[in-house]
Amino acid sequence: MNVRNLKSVLVAIALVAIVALPGCKKHAAGNPFPASGEVAGWQKSDDTRVFEAKNLWQYVDGDSEQYIQAGVVTTSTTSYKYQGQLEAVVDVHTMRDADGARKILENGQTSDAKSVSIGDAGVAYAQSVAFRKGPYLVRIVAYQSTPDGQRALMALAHGVEAKL
Amino acid sequence: MTSRREFLKEAATGAVVLSAQARLGLAAAVNHPAESGKSRVVVARDPALHDSTGQLDDKRVLALLDRAIASYTGRDHSVEAWKQILRGVGPDKVIGLKTNGLGGKGISTHAALVLAITERLQQAGVKPGNIVIWDRNARDLVACGLTINTDPSRVRCFGSDVSGFEDNQESYGSARIRLSKILTRECAMVIGVPILKDHEMAGVTFAMKNMYGVVDRPQDLHAGGCNPCVADLNCIPVVRDKVRFTIGDAMTSVYDGGPSFHPERLWQPNALIVGEDRVAIDHTAWQMIERKRAEVGIKTLEAAGRPPRYIATAADATHNLGTNDPQKIHLLEV
Repeated sequence: MNVRNLKSVLVAIALVAIVALPGCKKHAAGNPFPASGEVAGWQKSDDTRVFEAKNLWQYVDGDSEQYIQAGVVTTSTTSYKYQGQLEAVVDVHTMRDADGARKILENGQTSDAKSVSIGDAGVAYAQSVAFRKGPYLVRIVAYQSTPDGQRALMALAHGVEAKL
Repeated sequence: MTSRREFLKEAATGAVVLSAQARLGLAAAVNHPAESGKSRVVVARDPALHDSTGQLDDKRVLALLDRAIASYTGRDHSVEAWKQILRGVGPDKVIGLKTNGLGGKGISTHAALVLAITERLQQAGVKPGNIVIWDRNARDLVACGLTINTDPSRVRCFGSDVSGFEDNQESYGSARIRLSKILTRECAMVIGVPILKDHEMAGVTFAMKNMYGVVDRPQDLHAGGCNPCVADLNCIPVVRDKVRFTIGDAMTSVYDGGPSFHPERLWQPNALIVGEDRVAIDHTAWQMIERKRAEVGIKTLEAAGRPPRYIATAADATHNLGTNDPQKIHLLEV
């Protein structure tokens, strides 16, 4: 390949990158997970795993279909511990658009859900919090029930929201 | 409270003595003659299985297992009962316990039940290394509270991520899959140890749906509410022949929003569902979920658009995996 051809190839690669990168950024949550200690009392206790839509079944089996139908692009997940006791898993679903996040949040609600002020809309139960912000749908679930569990989950949820 | 380690040590030496209540339960449980021509399904319950903090009592789990197996076999001596469960399997053959840890830590087969089964298998003469606890991968097994081990001198516990899958594709009807080598090469007999869950697509996941965890690409089997794929998969000869018994974990369950963990829809049936007829077991489990859904005032699975149609398919003349006809199920609730 001569120098002229090489220059052409490099220019083409640069153009593709300029066009493609903003598109990727639009749907990538980056790192939505607060580091250990960034939210008081919460320690990150597991690696972050990221699933593309086509592989989401590996994580949530039959639940994957409703996310795919709503336009999930990727799902990132990790775990935390609060003061060494309360364990929680955080899922951040990056949808194609805000409508997809709204669909999932609304479909998953039951009558005992309590509305909470976070992101564009959010709901909380005794052991879980879910909210949406733009194309992101976040679900935080605790494995145990503790007296201050819901307050701690909300603090973690706000920590995640700040990263989106 | 006895720690899990202490409990297992006691159980391994046969020192776990059933409480008076459990012994009375056993006596009552075995006093149920089998109705000929019917599929026997045992639902054994213990309302005190969870303590006030929601923790499982390991000793009560073992007692509940004993009651379920005694009732199913009609034998109150656990070694004899287990030998009956294992009949036809040679002494040096491998017994697999297929768990389900896909839902994560909050809604997976409980380790207390799995370990109780392994103790009773050993007391019935199965060598520790001839017991394999398995699932899709290490993460699923750890979610159950189990520890990975491939040392053949002890009970083994590892996933298909270690064993790999067969190169050759098996097929039956709509199911075209590659099977885990743990099923095809290791195990002479498999006891399914699923956990009862509502399922967003299939309606219910329990005995037959648990077999999705033995194939390489389960995502290919979810179309049409997993019907007829669940039935087809269970008709593949090695699945039909080797998976001969189910000890279903209905100690904790999700009645809606499954198969993922939804603590707000969690409930504790505190039950084991036991038997050989996988269709009758799934039918019984489905009814249990429907009763709970009615109790909390939500739609039936039919009204929600996801009845577990694969159960009827599995019972049809083509598949003939068992019966979903209540008149042909001898249901024992103990």
